[in-house]
Amino acid sequence: MEVPESIYPLIENACRDLYIKSLKEIPPDVVEAIRRAAATETLEVAKRIFSHYLQSIDLGREQKMIVCQDTGIPIYWVKIGGNLRLDGAKLDDAIVRGTERATREHPLRSSIVSPLRRENRQTNCGERIPIIHYEFQRDSDVLDILFMPKGSGSENMSFMKMLVPADGVNGIKRFVLEMVVGAGPKPCPPTIVGIGIGGSSDLCMTLAKKATTRPLGSRNSDSEMAALELELLDAINQTGIGPQGLGGNTTALAVHIESAWTHITCNPVAVNMQCWRAERRRARIHADGRVEEGF
Amino acid sequence: MAEFHLKTPLSEADVRALHVGDAVLLDGVVFGVRDGNLIRVFDQKVAPPCDWRGAALLHTAPNVRKLGPGKYEPVSVGTTTSMRMDRFTEGLVRDYGVRAILGKGGLSPASAALMQSYGAVYLSVTGGAAAMETLQIEEIEKVYWEDLMPECIWQIRFKALGPMTVGIDAHGGNLQHEIQQQAQQKVAELLRRMGIA
Ligand code: SF4
Repeated sequence: MEVPESIYPLIENACRDLYIKSLKEIPPDVVEAIRRAAATETLEVAKRIFSHYLQSIDLGREQKMIVCQDTGIPIYWVKIGGNLRLDGAKLDDAIVRGTERATREHPLRSSIVSPLRRENRQTNCGERIPIIHYEFQRDSDVLDILFMPKGSGSENMSFMKMLVPADGVNGIKRFVLEMVVGAGPKPCPPTIVGIGIGGSSDLCMTLAKKATTRPLGSRNSDSEMAALELELLDAINQTGIGPQGLGGNTTALAVHIESAWTHITCNPVAVNMQCWRAERRRARIHADGRVEEGF
Repeated sequence: MAEFHLKTPLSEADVRALHVGDAVLLDGVVFGVRDGNLIRVFDQKVAPPCDWRGAALLHTAPNVRKLGPGKYEPVSVGTTTSMRMDRFTEGLVRDYGVRAILGKGGLSPASAALMQSYGAVYLSVTGGAAAMETLQIEEIEKVYWEDLMPECIWQIRFKALGPMTVGIDAHGGNLQHEIQQQAQQKVAELLRRMGIA
């Protein structure tokens, strides 16, 4: 299906809206999980912290305030319906322009700088930023764009290790637990702990990041992986780190694993954390110009 | 666990009365600081252009709108990770008489020891809850070192900032550090129980 030229400005607008709205409206599954976690706390300090999270969530939704000041690193996960005949370069440009426009038109803080000279274009864009991942969906007429403004406090808590096959799944468990505890309060817990298992080093980290985008309540489709998710979640929540690392029952809202096959001599594992605000937002764009918003 | 409503500047008696876990609301001027301006004070040896005796310093992540020369209003003002500024604690409490450092994530045992000897506290602001924090600002009164934008020194007047949690008190307590140590022990125990020693 050939898409009309008019789709590109539509994509640009959608990306601008995704950025701005994602900073103000926390996804409903995350709000629900924060509410549930708040109810399980008995410690005064933990209850206090959760009440601040919930107040900020409400201010975002009701008063259209930015919930957390960090406008993050803009990351897009784009799934292109296999039936769509799109110009990839134009799609790319539209996403970048939407990101720049969100920054200028709102205006948003530009958090993106060059790595050595720390130069800031004030657009939240730069060399290879925004980060855009492309995937394809068989037999689909939809362009599905998932956006996340990834906060730096949690992004700085990213770890990967090339374990060896002899380390087995136990090596994976040990690595994850040690990294989450080592991160302590820094990623603004409770977090979504994303874990990548397998692949090459680069794919492994991408999988860990992708795992954090899964809605809360979702499970890995492989039963062994799903069991590992639950086992690690239970262990992490027994550490008592709690909200803001001040102690409590909930250190992680979920553990999500995404995996890939790997080389016979490799056993890679990566951890990427998402802070309590866990912002993400989705636009599903149809060839006829309809745009559905979601999370 | 007690609740306190204090006003800046703070006295030594004000902060010695606090213990880890207590809740603190703060009124008055708080100075927003972070990497860039503290590097100028301590590494480039430029004296801060404001009086920090009894001051509360906030590790701030400001998102502001310019109204006119030297005049700004808050858009979204949040709090940043304190550990990056850990090495400045000594100079702040010893040389400049700072009584409270406000931030997220906590400071090191070395900072806690300095706070105990000089009479200062660390107040943990809830990270990521910038919407709430922004509404507690009455006015951004003054901005120093605008050339460092956004890493200037922000003189912000708050009404009931908080409630913050006392993370480090002037008696040697360091809540976030203790919690993390307990968690480390717990993980060792969990790994043993999982048969991964
Ligand atoms: S870690 Fe996340 S929630 Fe906390 S301040 Fe940074 S971006 Fe905001």
